[in-house]
Amino acid sequence: MTDWPILSAVTFLPLVGVALLLLTREDSPYGRRNILNVALLTTVFTFVLSLFIWIGFDNANPGFQMVEKAEWLGTGISYHLGVDGISMLFVILSTFLMPFCVLASWHSVEKRLREYMIAFLLLEVFMVGVFVSLDIVLFYVFFEAGLIPMFIIIGVWGGKDRVYASYKFFLYTLLGSVLMLLAIMAMYWQAGTTDITELLAYNFPAHMQTWLWLAFFASFAVKMPMWPVHTWLPDAHVQAPTAGSVILAGVLLKLGGYGFIRFSLAMFPLASDYFAPFVFALSVIAIIYTSLVALMQDDIKKLIAYSSVAHMGYVTMGIFAANAQGLQGAIFQMLSHGIVSGALFLCVGVVYDRLHTREISAYGGLVNNMPKYAVAFMILTMANVGLPGTSGFVGEIMTLVGVFRANTWVAFFATTGVILSASYALWLYRRVIFGALEKESLKSLLDLDLREKLLLYPLVILTIFYGVYPAPVFDATAASVDALLNNYSAALQAAQPVALSAN
Amino acid sequence: MTADTILASLQLSLPEIILAVGALALLMIGVFSGERSGTTVIGLAVALLIISGLWLVLATGEGQAYGGAFVSDAFAKFMKVLALIGSITAMVMTVGHARSEQLDRFEFPVLIVLSTLGMLLMISANSLLSLYLALELQSLALYVVAAINRDSLRSTEAGLKYFVLGALSSGMLLYGMSLVYGFTGHIGFQEIAAALTAEGRSLGLVFGLVFILAGLAFKISAVPFHMWTPDVYEGAPTPVTAFFAAAPKVAAMAMLVRIVIEAFEPVVADWQQVIVFISIASMLLGSFAAIGQRNIKRLMAYSSIGHMGYALVGLAAGSMAGVRGVALYMLIYMVMTLGTFACILAMRRKEGGNVENIDDLAGLSTTNPFMATVLTILMFSLAGIPPMAGFFAKYFVFMAAIEAHLYALAIIGVLASVVGAYYYLRIIKVMWFDEATGEFARTAGELKLVFGLSGLFVVGYVLIGGPIGAAAEAAARTFF
Repeated sequence: MTDWPILSAVTFLPLVGVALLLLTREDSPYGRRNILNVALLTTVFTFVLSLFIWIGFDNANPGFQMVEKAEWLGTGISYHLGVDGISMLFVILSTFLMPFCVLASWHSVEKRLREYMIAFLLLEVFMVGVFVSLDIVLFYVFFEAGLIPMFIIIGVWGGKDRVYASYKFFLYTLLGSVLMLLAIMAMYWQAGTTDITELLAYNFPAHMQTWLWLAFFASFAVKMPMWPVHTWLPDAHVQAPTAGSVILAGVLLKLGGYGFIRFSLAMFPLASDYFAPFVFALSVIAIIYTSLVALMQDDIKKLIAYSSVAHMGYVTMGIFAANAQGLQGAIFQMLSHGIVSGALFLCVGVVYDRLHTREISAYGGLVNNMPKYAVAFMILTMANVGLPGTSGFVGEIMTLVGVFRANTWVAFFATTGVILSASYALWLYRRVIFGALEKESLKSLLDLDLREKLLLYPLVILTIFYGVYPAPVFDATAASVDALLNNYSAALQAAQPVALSAN
Repeated sequence: MTADTILASLQLSLPEIILAVGALALLMIGVFSGERSGTTVIGLAVALLIISGLWLVLATGEGQAYGGAFVSDAFAKFMKVLALIGSITAMVMTVGHARSEQLDRFEFPVLIVLSTLGMLLMISANSLLSLYLALELQSLALYVVAAINRDSLRSTEAGLKYFVLGALSSGMLLYGMSLVYGFTGHIGFQEIAAALTAEGRSLGLVFGLVFILAGLAFKISAVPFHMWTPDVYEGAPTPVTAFFAAAPKVAAMAMLVRIVIEAFEPVVADWQQVIVFISIASMLLGSFAAIGQRNIKRLMAYSSIGHMGYALVGLAAGSMAGVRGVALYMLIYMVMTLGTFACILAMRRKEGGNVENIDDLAGLSTTNPFMATVLTILMFSLAGIPPMAGFFAKYFVFMAAIEAHLYALAIIGVLASVVGAYYYLRIIKVMWFDEATGEFARTAGELKLVFGLSGLFVVGYVLIGGPIGAAAEAAARTFF
C-alpha cells in the first residue's frame, strides 16, 4: 500500500506535459525539438511512474489495490480509483506504448505538431483513466472522452479519406456507448450505487441482467470490435497516422475486452452464461471471415486491421468460455496483441515514411537492402501468426484450451483461424520482404536508423520474452481472475435451484 | 390586505421592483440625452441587472406575496439568477456590435431590462393571472427587440413572424387558462392542485391543460410549436439571437416546470404523456433537421429545439431527480449557448462585416486557435460528450427518466443525441480538418471573455460540479 495517490499521479501526469506544450511555439526547428522532447519526456516519465504500480502490486491480493476514493459531483458518483490483477497490466501497456507513439511521429508529423502531441497526451489520460476507474460513471466519462482526441488525430493528421474515417469511428462508438449509459443508470436505480466494487457484490435479477448485458454488449462489441460491427476499424486504421494506429490497435481495442471482463462477465454472470453461445458464434465468424478478408487486402494496414479483428475474436471467445485458461488467455492475448500489432503498425510506418504508400504491390524484395527491418518484421509476423516461442502463441493456445473445455466445436472452428492467419501473414511477408528487388523506387531505401531501431527492437524483444516466459503476466492476473471466476460459478449455482423450481 | 402584508410583499419582490423602476429611469435618461446615449444606457442597464441579482441572492427571503400571486422560493431564485446572468451576458456581447446592427439605440437596453423583468415575474408567478401578465410583458418586449434593426428586411420579418405566432400561442394559453379556471374555479396553483385532488379531473380540464401546454411549448420552442425559431434566430440581429436563445428559454422552462409540478401535480399522468411526446418530437426534429443547415444561427436554432427536448426528458419524469435535472440542464445549456453565440459574434471578416455560414469557420484552428479550441469544446459539450458539462446535463435528465421507467423516451433520446453529434462534429470538422479560406478580424475583448469563461466552465464542470449540483438539488426540493 502506498500512501500517496500513485494512480491519480499516473493518470493525470500527462496533463503536466500538456501544460508545458501550451507554452511552446512551433515556428522554428528548435520549437519543434522542444515539443518532441517535452512529449517524449512526459510519456517516458509517466511510464516509469506507472512501473511503480507494478512494483507495489501485491500479486496474491485478488481485490482492488492502491485505492483512492473521494466524493465527486455530490450525487452518488465518486472519484474512486484502484487496480486489480485484471486492470493493472493494461495501465502499464497504455503508458508503455505512448513513448513509441511519440517516437514514431518524430519526422512523419509535419504540421501542427504541438496540437498533435497535446491530443496524444490527453488520450493517454483518458485511456489510463478507463483502466483505473472504480466508479462506473467515471469509467464511462473516460471511456467516451477518449473519442475526442482520437477523432481529431484521425481527422487532422490522417490520410486521404480521413474525414469519413473519423466520423465513422466517432459515431459508431458513440452509438454503442449511449445504450451502455442508460444501462449504467438503470443499474444505479437498482443497486443504489455507481461504485464498481459494490456493483460487483450486487446480484442483479436475472431478467434485468439480460437487458443490461445487451446494452453493455452494444458498447463493447463495437469497441472490440466484433463482427459484424467491426467495419469502422479498417477505415480508422488505414486513415490514422502511424501512432494513431498503434494506440488504436494497442490500447483502444482493449477497452472493449476489459469492459467485457469487468462488467459483462463479473456483474451479469447469468446473462453471460446465457449469451455465451451467441458470443462464441460471433467470435468464430470473426476469426474465419475476417481472416479470409485479410487474405484479399492490397493495403498493408488494412490487412493488419482485419487480422486485429480476428485476434479479438479469440479474446471474446476466451472471456466467455469463463474458465481460468480462457480468461487468463484472453487477458494475455490482449496484452500480447497490444505489443505485436502496435509493433506491426510501426513496421508499416517505417516503410510508409520512406515510400508514402501502403500498397502491398509497391513493395517486394526488401530483404536485400533492409535486412534488419526484415528480421524485426519476421519475428512480429510470426507472433501475429501465433508461432510457439512468441507471445502470440501463448494467448492463442490458452484461449483455445479454455474454449475447448467450454465447447469443442467452437475450438475446432477457431483453430482453423490459426491456419488462415498463417496464410495471410506469411503471404504478406513474402510479397513485401522476399522476391527480387526489381522496383526502382525501392532500390535506394535505407535500413533502420537509430530511432527506428529504438522503436522496433524493444517490442520484438518483449514479444519473444513473453513468448518464452509469460509467468510475470499470469502471476499478476491469476488471483483476480480466480476470484472473479469463483464469484461467477457461485452466482450460476445460486441461480440453479431457482431455474429448477421454476420448471 | 394590511400594511404589513403589503410591506412584506414589496420586500419579497424587491429585485423586480428595482428592475421596473430602473427601466423607467433608464428610459428617461435615454430620452433626455438623445440618440447618442446608447452605450451609456447599456452600461447602466447591466449595472441595474447586477444590483437586482445581488439583492436577489443576498437579501431576498422566501414566501408568497400579493395574496399568493407571487412566490419566492429556492427554485425561483436559482432560475432567476440564471435568467439574469443570461440577460447580462447577452447585453455585454452587444457592446461591440451596437453600431453595425443598429443596436445603439437606448430603447434596446431598456427593452431587454423590461423583458428580463417579465422573466423574473414569470419564474415567480404562482397563479394563472400573474403568469399570463408576466409572460406578456416579456414577450411584447421581445417582439420589438427582434425587429430592432428596422432597416433590415430580415429583422423586421423576424419580428413580425415572432409577433403573429407569439400572439397565437398567447391566445391558446389564455384559452387553456380560462378552461382550467372554469373547471376548477381557481387561478392559484396550490388551489388548482387542491381542487383537482378533491374533485378529480374532468374532460374540460384536460382540454385546458393541453392548451396551456401548447402555449408554453411555443415559448420554449418545443416541437410542434417550434416553427418560428429558425426564422427568428436567423433574421434577428445576432446579439439579439444570443439573448433569445438563453434567458427567455430559462424563464419559460421554469414556468412550465412550476405549473405542471405544482398546479397539475394531481393529474400527472395526463400531462406526462404530452410532455413525453413533445420531448421526443423535439429531440428528433432538433437532431435531424439541423443536419442540412448551412447557416450557423439556423443550426443553433435547431440545436436549441433539440436541447429543450432533452430538458423536457427530466420534466417528463416528474420527480425530484427530474426537476433537478431540468434546473441543471438549463444552467449548462445557457452557458454553452452564450459561449457559442459569443463565438458566432466573433465571426467577423476584416472587410465585409459579420458572416454566418458554417463554411466561414474553415481552418479556424490555424487562424485563431484559441477560439477554435473553445468552440470545439462547446460543440462537444452540446453533443453531450464527456467530460464536458453537456454530458452531465444529459446524464441527470436521463437518470430521472430511467428512474421513472420511461425507457422508450430515454432510448430515443440517447439515439437522437448520436444523430445530433453528427452535426456538431461537422462544425469541428470545418474548423480543424479544412483549409483556411480567410481570417477573422481581431476578436473584441468582451466576446473573448464570454466564450473563454464559458469554455472554462464547460471543461471545469468536473471540478466545480458538486456545489452547482447541490444548488440545483436545493432548487428542486422546493416542490417535493
